[in-house]
Amino acid sequence: MKNKLDTYSLALSVGYFLAVRDIRRASIWTTLLITFVMMLTFLNLVVVRGILVGLTEGSVRSYRERYTGDVLLGTLDKKQYIEDSHLPREIAEQLPQVRAVSARYVVPGTIEADYKTVVRRDEGADKANAVMVGIDPGREDALTNLSRQVVSGRYLTSDDHDAVLVGVSLLTKYQSAAGTGTASLKTADVGTQIRLTVNGIVKEVTIVGVVKAKVTNVDSRVFMLDRELRLLMGRDDFNVNEIAIRANGKSSEKEIAAILLGNGIDAQAKVQTWQEAQPQFIRDISATFALLGDLIGSIGLAVASITIFIVIFVNAITRRKFIGILKGIGVNSLAIQCSYVFQSIFYALSGSLLGLVVVYGLMVPYFADNPINFPFSDGIFVADVPGVLLRVVVLFFATIAAGYIPARIVVKQNTLDAILGR
Amino acid sequence: MIQAIHLIKQYKAGTGSITVLNDISLSVSRGEFLAITGRSGSGKSTLLYQLSLLDTPTSGKVVLDNQDTTGFTDDQRVNYRLRELGYVFQDYALIPSLTAAENIMAPLLMLGRSSSEAYVIASEVLAEVGLADKRDNLPSQLSGGQQQRVSIARAIAHKPKIIFADEPTANLDSETSEQVLQTFLRIHKQGQTIVMVTHEEEYTHLTDRVITLSDGQIIKTKKSRSPRGK
Repeated sequence: MKNKLDTYSLALSVGYFLAVRDIRRASIWTTLLITFVMMLTFLNLVVVRGILVGLTEGSVRSYRERYTGDVLLGTLDKKQYIEDSHLPREIAEQLPQVRAVSARYVVPGTIEADYKTVVRRDEGADKANAVMVGIDPGREDALTNLSRQVVSGRYLTSDDHDAVLVGVSLLTKYQSAAGTGTASLKTADVGTQIRLTVNGIVKEVTIVGVVKAKVTNVDSRVFMLDRELRLLMGRDDFNVNEIAIRANGKSSEKEIAAILLGNGIDAQAKVQTWQEAQPQFIRDISATFALLGDLIGSIGLAVASITIFIVIFVNAITRRKFIGILKGIGVNSLAIQCSYVFQSIFYALSGSLLGLVVVYGLMVPYFADNPINFPFSDGIFVADVPGVLLRVVVLFFATIAAGYIPARIVVKQNTLDAILGR
Repeated sequence: MIQAIHLIKQYKAGTGSITVLNDISLSVSRGEFLAITGRSGSGKSTLLYQLSLLDTPTSGKVVLDNQDTTGFTDDQRVNYRLRELGYVFQDYALIPSLTAAENIMAPLLMLGRSSSEAYVIASEVLAEVGLADKRDNLPSQLSGGQQQRVSIARAIAHKPKIIFADEPTANLDSETSEQVLQTFLRIHKQGQTIVMVTHEEEYTHLTDRVITLSDGQIIKTKKSRSPRGK
């Protein structure tokens, strides 16, 4: 046992001795080229997945930042609203872990434009179904930065009694050629007077702004002052349908949800963390894209392994004579194999290191400042540290195998044939 | 020290085979300086490869220091060469990425010497072959004669029982060849067993014994007039 350990230890130390000198005295251009190829291989492993996952991650983040907050209290099944809404709202507002709370009245209705020029009953009205949301503009903005999502016109003020913000999905003018598949107002824009109908009650308002958050639950809604919608709904109980809560940055959504549940809020409202409040389709897309990313990453890993294999194989083949000489003077196969494995590890690690610099020094900051503009999300570049480190480790082990196999193939050849080059 | 018993070496050639060594038997005593000579294609290098365990005979056996090497695995051969044999190649066979000292250190490290010990030994043997100031030079920075002396230094550094040299002066001019041979003679005087292949008859008088091969057979054995080069 000890002899075996000594053999391995000697092979490792002699392999290291040979590898260091091989690398140090190789052509700088060759070393740079191999390192560059390894860096590209590493980026292939990380970047494709990062962008794919980033597409959905952008959407997930938008949902959290622009709609749900960190915790979302919703209406229980079979209930019209959150009963005694003031209780969970007051509890949330008093929590030191909470930075902002916004309560929303939510009710379905219809919006209609161009109604003043329609003279015949059979003439098609410019009409669409919409979700009306009553908000306190200041509180909502503090929680979701809704004012920053205004792409045309302006944000609501507390004096806007007869004004609304309309999501882009409800206005044909702001939709892409493909549209959203839902009905929208063809003739409306900022400044247009439209008619809202809720529970049969009609109110005329003016569109003062258009919001685009790339979040369905924002872009297909009509926002107005909470007190105005309450009047329209004919409600005087102050019970709302949604309460969004933003954590203070130091506390987690789970912590806040646990406190609310501990206070028995689940008897009045559905308590969901932002993850739980994500629509199922986003979760499904996220899982699918992550799977696709892993699949492409696996192909990248195979390409990386083959690249290293070829590099080491060519390296070993061109030095076949010297491998023969080393064996001729008594350096055993294991030590020579170790030397090539060390070299491949060096190339993989230096390539990965350069790749990490590119990923975290260039790509992550760049995509954070310039998200990819997809129709359904602001695509970011996801390079979570554990995920990237996992890929470094996977690449490391793939490298060991890819460096070892060609070295073994060459080392196993007849010593004399190798020396004589036959 | 060395016994070759009925050595036959054949190589495949198309459907048939070529016999390069044809039933060679010889023995070399401890401390002897043996020269193997013959014309090109006579089988002298092939014989050296069999004796030095760089190749395996088709039949027959090689016994080194009373140890039958028949059936040695590749690793056992490498290990035996490391511990007991030194080898000087015709084309010096230095590793280009290693300095003169490092070329000598590699087998020493494999023997378990520490890096500093190996460097000291390498420096000593380089001084012995007159290259003390060249230890940190790469092979590409050395002349042919200097490279061959590094190769000799590498072969003797671990104090092997036998040194094999395959036409060590073939690529050198006469003056450098003389220097290299003087190096061999100096080692030999210290009691080192040396088996050297050469086609240069003028150097064989420096050895203890000369065997001449032709068509894979020993056709002549001659004791030198000045054994041990004295």
